[in-house]
Amino acid sequence: MEEQHEHHHHLHVPHPDMGPSEPTHTEFHIVSPMTYLIIGGCLLVLTASTTAISYVDLGEFNAVVALAIACMKATLVVLFFMHVKYSSKLTKLTVACGFFTFLVLITMTMTDYISRAWGRW
Amino acid sequence: MDSHTLAAQTGEIGHVEHEHPSFLRHHFENLAQQREAATFGMWLFLLTEIMFFGGLFCAYLIFRNWYYPAFVAGSHSLHIWAGTLNTTLLIISSFTMAMAVHAAEVRHRKPLLAWMIATIILGCGFLCVKGYEWHDEWVEHHVPGLNFNPANLEHGTKAYPDDKLAPDMAQKTNLYFSLYFAMTGMHALHMIIGVSLLTFLLIRAWGGAYTNGHIAPVENFGLYWHFVDIVWIFLFPLLYLISRHQ
Repeated sequence: MEEQHEHHHHLHVPHPDMGPSEPTHTEFHIVSPMTYLIIGGCLLVLTASTTAISYVDLGEFNAVVALAIACMKATLVVLFFMHVKYSSKLTKLTVACGFFTFLVLITMTMTDYISRAWGRW
Repeated sequence: MDSHTLAAQTGEIGHVEHEHPSFLRHHFENLAQQREAATFGMWLFLLTEIMFFGGLFCAYLIFRNWYYPAFVAGSHSLHIWAGTLNTTLLIISSFTMAMAVHAAEVRHRKPLLAWMIATIILGCGFLCVKGYEWHDEWVEHHVPGLNFNPANLEHGTKAYPDDKLAPDMAQKTNLYFSLYFAMTGMHALHMIIGVSLLTFLLIRAWGGAYTNGHIAPVENFGLYWHFVDIVWIFLFPLLYLISRHQ
């Protein structure tokens, strides 16, 4: 049990529980502007391609391709602009939980609609 | 009020002997933990936003499956140049916001201010284009509950002469436009809130509040801004690009 007065010198002593391997800790990483520029460029290219591809007849796959490109763009934004690639395990787990819950929302709602014989599907 | 002032007021003994940045609150062990806690909290909020917009996307998914021709006709009535322009503006604004966070991290005040101003301008540009589009839908009688009249969708348009809908399917375009206004409306509300918050942060940054190591507010606002960008990244193909090849 640390004594009260030792707490004030806490910052000068390496704490065994706050190393980079801890799930709530990560090294303070500054992403370079060049990375941002490259990722931004990729996003603009993907935007142009999704608009261009929508004019090509791919039948059912138009929607699939459009959503796939959107997912790629979102992934780039999350990993680099939102720094998740350089974040702690806690942050990464939180983001993953968000996507998982969203998928549950969509799939469980859809199983309800698809399994009822309303003549729509 | 920073922790030194607070401690001085309450007469805490021994506080002034230890050195820590004024913006480090006492219930955190160190700056890294404080930043981590703030970022975690912001991500939890963004998760609730994912579920919020997720409900609207789910409704869109179901009604698009049920009334596909109506959704095609509705989508064709939007201006693809406006949607593409808006997507471009938001992506560039995400870049400028990331650069603002970088400027805060390396403690350069003037670049921070410049990048924040650029983000505000791009966000306002987005809202202007959106306002123009909404006005256009109003003029064409596509606003459910206000002046909705799908008569012009029963005859096809110049660009899409095959967009002839039977009267009952034409009536279903009110579902498409309801979702259009609900989703782009909520997104625009988030943009307005974002631009307002960013203006507040800009004023504080002017006084040097975020170039002294206290980068968490700028970082976490950046997370919010990027999230609003991601919502639009999905809205754009779903609303504007339905079957443009016809």
